[in-house]
Amino acid sequence: MSTTATVENLPNASAEPQVNYLNARYGVKSWLLTVDHKRIGLLYLCTITVMFVVGGIAATMMRINLLEPQGALVEPETYNKLFSTHGLVMVFFFLVPSIPVTLGNFLIPMMIGARDVAFPRLNLLSWYIFATGCLIMLYVVCTGGVDTGWTFYTPFSTTYSTTDVVLAALSIFVAGFSSILTGVNFIVTIHKMRAPGMTWFRLPLFIWSMYASAIIFVLGTPVIAITLLLLGVERLLHVGIFDPALGGDPLLFQHLFWFYSHPAVYIMILPSMGVISELIAAFSRKRIFGYSFVAFSSLAIAIISFLVWGHHMFVSGESIYAGLVFSVLSFLVAIPSAVKVFNWTATLYKGSISYEAPMLYALGFLGLFTIGGLTGLYLASLSTDVHLSGTYFVVAHFHYIMVGAAVMAFMGGIHFWWPKITGHLYPDLWARIAAAIIFIGFNLTFFPQFVLGYLGMPRRYAMYPAEFQALNVLSTAGASVLAVGYIIPFIYLIWSLKYGPVAGPNPFGAKGLEWTTQSPPPTENYLKIPIVTEEAYNYETAPEPEVVRV
Amino acid sequence: MSSHSESAAHGHLMFHEHVVPVSTYLAVFITLLIATGLTTWIAFQDLGQWNLVVALAIAVCKASLVVLFFMHVKYNKGLSRIVLIAAVFWLGIMITFTLADELTRHWQINPQPWVGTIVPVVRHLLF
Repeated sequence: MSTTATVENLPNASAEPQVNYLNARYGVKSWLLTVDHKRIGLLYLCTITVMFVVGGIAATMMRINLLEPQGALVEPETYNKLFSTHGLVMVFFFLVPSIPVTLGNFLIPMMIGARDVAFPRLNLLSWYIFATGCLIMLYVVCTGGVDTGWTFYTPFSTTYSTTDVVLAALSIFVAGFSSILTGVNFIVTIHKMRAPGMTWFRLPLFIWSMYASAIIFVLGTPVIAITLLLLGVERLLHVGIFDPALGGDPLLFQHLFWFYSHPAVYIMILPSMGVISELIAAFSRKRIFGYSFVAFSSLAIAIISFLVWGHHMFVSGESIYAGLVFSVLSFLVAIPSAVKVFNWTATLYKGSISYEAPMLYALGFLGLFTIGGLTGLYLASLSTDVHLSGTYFVVAHFHYIMVGAAVMAFMGGIHFWWPKITGHLYPDLWARIAAAIIFIGFNLTFFPQFVLGYLGMPRRYAMYPAEFQALNVLSTAGASVLAVGYIIPFIYLIWSLKYGPVAGPNPFGAKGLEWTTQSPPPTENYLKIPIVTEEAYNYETAPEPEVVRV
Repeated sequence: MSSHSESAAHGHLMFHEHVVPVSTYLAVFITLLIATGLTTWIAFQDLGQWNLVVALAIAVCKASLVVLFFMHVKYNKGLSRIVLIAAVFWLGIMITFTLADELTRHWQINPQPWVGTIVPVVRHLLF
């Protein structure tokens, strides 16, 4: 506990309830007008949970429909709306904001020893903007949905679709401003608000990855905003931008769309990598192997992510020469990603490993991210992509990254910091059971889709040839298991708020400034600004965990 | 912010905000209005292949004025300029790679093997 001078100020965990950010003020108004980064993080957590449920319901209906070759539940037009809703809601209203706006908001000031983010009111404004975007999207979903897929490809979206494309695009346009403001806030906070002694190379790796994500937020999001604005201009005013009939170029839309949307994948995965670095260090009780390599690989991924978007367009009519360049550049992303995976694995080596629930999620992440990443190389190769593009192989690949990796890390992070956020412990046995169910359910859902795709089943169809039924039934069965895996944590985490044992300041015996203050933290985070005197993850000086280690 | 007040208490003022006279803002604003009028006027003139170039040149000048004066980049150094340069660089990446596709789409899809193209050149040079 040598990192800070605040420890002596901590009241005893068994004493009277302390004043903290949750009980300092009460009432709806105290939440809706709060500028406390921790409360704003919780507002975001509630919002994205609602959106996750909406996206999940759409996915469930899709999987039920695919139980039978001719479609078991809905008309093909409805199916189109289901996969569009699922994609739009999950990508823009759950995955992109997930870790940054919840754990990022909660933890960045705490990890760097600050009392809040640099611009607290801007932080609250970004939640209101995000919530407005969510409401617009929910209105679209409730009033007939949209059928363009989450990619809004032209000229279908601008000319032929009869659904409310403009309003759906507007919801993303609005939510995008929330991302930009959050990104600016994080960058300034990390640059300007670090505690004395918290040098760049003493920062937890979570901060490095959040910094890299914030850069993508700021540089990429304006492009998708303008692209969707142009889409609206063409659809409403018939100005020829993307439609060849009006003198436009449909590939221009794909260039602009993927210039943001490919880096957006790294917005999802970089924060996840940050979470995993924290989890693996904490549950191996070791400093992350090759700290600076892991830190710089985050920045390398952020930069290279902007140079690879053309691999989404290999079979769209893109120049073969541009395709060659994009293919080579896409392979480059594998290098910093592999650096991280190898370094995490090396951290495990001779570590004092324990298998609490967050660690199970972290280990699940390692395997699923590796499969998701390596199958990406098949899609980055010009020749194999011709066969696999537009099939379920792609669906399986990006779900391994976005769900297998990103959501596993999100769940791991929520479990790791839940005692800090709420001051209560959850039942670890149930948490471990849920982690195992999610891992099994996930693989059962998506591994068959690799095979389906390789055999040639195209994505986004409500029907399929009868010979694909067995694998589709397997996938739907897996989705049911996965749903159970997500519902169990929802129940016991809510349960723990009232009935969970009180958590001390540092139940896992982890390193990091956030563990040196009380749980839940006071509104100011630290009663005294901490002074940092050592490297991150110096587990030789870590306290013993309070929970029983297994 | 707390860090600001603490630093100020120690006698170090962190932020030196440059105060720009209103006349400068007005001058920039009027210049922008004139440039907008110029853009509109140019749009009705046929300059052939220069149409796009002239329109973009005026737009870049206007954007530069906004960034330099209204967004204070002229008076801020360090991080602000790095952010600006990064943004322009990223815009360059987007345009360059998009044009890399657009300008090479009509190229021959099955180029001759290297041997077939290089050998005659080498033979010509040597003999």
